[in-house]
Amino acid sequence: MSDALQLNGDLVDRARAAADAIADDIQRHIDEHTTDTTERASLRLLGITGVNEIDVPLVNVVVEHARSLLPSGILRPFVDLMDRTGRGAQEVAEGVAAGELTLAPVPPERCEGVEARAEALAREGVARIDAVRARRNELVATVGEPPKPYVYVIVATGNIYEDAAQAKAAARAGADVIAVIRTTAQSLLDYVPYGETTEGFGGTYATQENFRLMRAALDEVGEELGHYVRLCNYASGLCMPEIATMGALERLDMMLNDSMYGIIFRNINMQRTFVDQYLSRLINARAGIVINTGEDNYLTTADAFEAGHTVVSSDFINEAFALRANLEPWQIGLGHAFEIDPAKPDQVVYQIADAQLIRQLFPGYPLKYMPPTKYMPGDIFQGHIIDGMFNFTGILTGQEIMLLGMLTEALHTPLLQDRYVSIRNAKYVFEACRHLADEISYKPSGLIERRADEQLRRAVEQLEHVRSIGLFKALQNGEFADVKRDPDGGRGFEGVIKVAPDYFNPFFAALREGRMSGPPRGTERSETTAGDSAVAGGGD
Amino acid sequence: MLIRPYGDTRDDGVIQFSFTLPMPYSVKAADVGKQFLEKLGFHTVGIAECRAMDPEYTFFVAYARTDVGIDPDEVKGDYLEVEEMDFAAINALIKERLGRKLGVVGAAIESDAHTVGIDAIMNMKGFAGNYGLERYPEMDALNMGSQIPCAQLLRTALERDADAILVSQIVTQKNIHVQHLTQLIELLEAEGVRERFVLVVGGPRINNAFAKELGYDAGFGPRTTPLEVASFLAQEVVRRHEEA
Repeated sequence: MSDALQLNGDLVDRARAAADAIADDIQRHIDEHTTDTTERASLRLLGITGVNEIDVPLVNVVVEHARSLLPSGILRPFVDLMDRTGRGAQEVAEGVAAGELTLAPVPPERCEGVEARAEALAREGVARIDAVRARRNELVATVGEPPKPYVYVIVATGNIYEDAAQAKAAARAGADVIAVIRTTAQSLLDYVPYGETTEGFGGTYATQENFRLMRAALDEVGEELGHYVRLCNYASGLCMPEIATMGALERLDMMLNDSMYGIIFRNINMQRTFVDQYLSRLINARAGIVINTGEDNYLTTADAFEAGHTVVSSDFINEAFALRANLEPWQIGLGHAFEIDPAKPDQVVYQIADAQLIRQLFPGYPLKYMPPTKYMPGDIFQGHIIDGMFNFTGILTGQEIMLLGMLTEALHTPLLQDRYVSIRNAKYVFEACRHLADEISYKPSGLIERRADEQLRRAVEQLEHVRSIGLFKALQNGEFADVKRDPDGGRGFEGVIKVAPDYFNPFFAALREGRMSGPPRGTERSETTAGDSAVAGGGD
Repeated sequence: MLIRPYGDTRDDGVIQFSFTLPMPYSVKAADVGKQFLEKLGFHTVGIAECRAMDPEYTFFVAYARTDVGIDPDEVKGDYLEVEEMDFAAINALIKERLGRKLGVVGAAIESDAHTVGIDAIMNMKGFAGNYGLERYPEMDALNMGSQIPCAQLLRTALERDADAILVSQIVTQKNIHVQHLTQLIELLEAEGVRERFVLVVGGPRINNAFAKELGYDAGFGPRTTPLEVASFLAQEVVRRHEEA
């Protein structure tokens, strides 16, 4: 099935070459800058946690306190202060917050020693991430692995305890990945809230405590079901690398972690996002986390039939950035969705063409396929069928992470039973069509092959155009998702800092050094309750 | 005249249900579901499906009948009555009777990050085969996007001397939309500019009566097209202009 469509290999090579050049150009910008959240994440990687008496995270307090030192990086003066006071990282941060300690430039004679100490601390920080990754590998090996595609569902009650209860119910009904929706405003907070959330709007905060609570709930239900249940959150917004750090330490398995999403959909400054995505992805790479990219959202603002190729181009760009941040292909869950108006004749035919194209362009990547949202009707019965055709397209084209459509998408966050019937829908379609793809090849130069070819051609044109004008300019022109952004505008621009020649941050090297490779491996377990009965097809 | 739900025989009063009860499945569960529906006043209850969702919850699909009827003529409400016009007629109305461009500023306000509603109504390409307000030559329409603080929306509306403000609210968990919508009204009133604007809200959980209750001039619910909004704005702004 991997070559079910005959694609023009030359076009694929041109697309990758253009995306590489685009990413290299931006990588130069990334290497010349740091950001507030990059420096704060570096402090978190040293083990600093907690908030001051007015709930400001200590890492924010320290970075604000040392603003003038940031072009050279926070770690040299911070570790120097640890050396001079003989205290640990947490106590030094507390001391700075209390006003007893002050960060200062490090005199040249002390630099060498301080840097050696910082490098050792960075290796220790990274070793903590490695231990968590090893624990995941061990759990997957002993508890077992669910079959693919992964069924991915969302919980969004705003109360982490209720989320945990719903997540367990969803896992028992057959969900393999639970994504905990964040409260909508968090992406624009320039700090990471602290502690548990029991009353959020449309979701909970991504906090280390919420991560820990949900992880424990999923481990418990995974044990009961005989397969590991994956946890997903959002390393996105203004604090990408900090959230990645917390996720790495609390054993999240997936993170929404796009290189451009925040720019386009949250109006976060592009210079900021490109710098932030880099460290966040290096951390995710090290932690064995699978990232999900956000192209599935592009066509909620642009028309899927006309602008579908922008998803293809963006997937190439996200791939190029991800590879530069050391992610391995099995960790790069490129997102895509091509939600064409169901009223359009041959809608499903085009949907299959688009999904199959992405599958063939990115072999070996755990593609994340996003369900219909924009055209979901209030008529839940019709919606259920549209979701069924989406599930059919997903299994036919070999998607690996299936975010499930909910029949009540247009109405409310899912009720318990909405998730349940949606999972049954998906499990039925996946089992009923399990080997269908092996039996199919597409008609040469038929509707599907022509559509895929046209999408690829238009993507190559767009990528080569973007290479010629630069990605900043393309974003400024609104060439992705029809949204225009200013390189010096948007949120978080004040937190972008040009680095000095002596910028020092040993985490960038430590995160790349001698890491584990490959996905966790476990015995594939057969399905439990919902899947089996759904295949049987009858009522009780 | 009273009417009732029509299943397969006129007046049979048949209704479909699906719901979850927080109890483990057992043979008894079907009776619990049945008696629950009877307590609601339904009769001839048939439990079509009663299944363990997981060890703690049971899912039901059921049918039941009601004897309750309703007379549509007795139902009174506050419905927005807009004479729907076409694209050319709307532009012509503005040009001839307002004599200048009609200014509109729109946004999804405060924490709401969803642009889908405001985009459908305002963006060039529009929605459901209808052009958005930005395409109307006689309108000066600005879509500010999502997560726009109320104060910024108002500042922009004042700077552009807009005639109308459109607000979209998609996220409604815990009634956050009510808070946001009230916040905007309070701000307009505190600044003494409420009467300067035709104030319109749209969203999946909005209707006209609810919008009026909050202090808006009109509310549009799901499946609203740009033409309906444009027709309302043109007629309302012209009416106010001619009354002034």
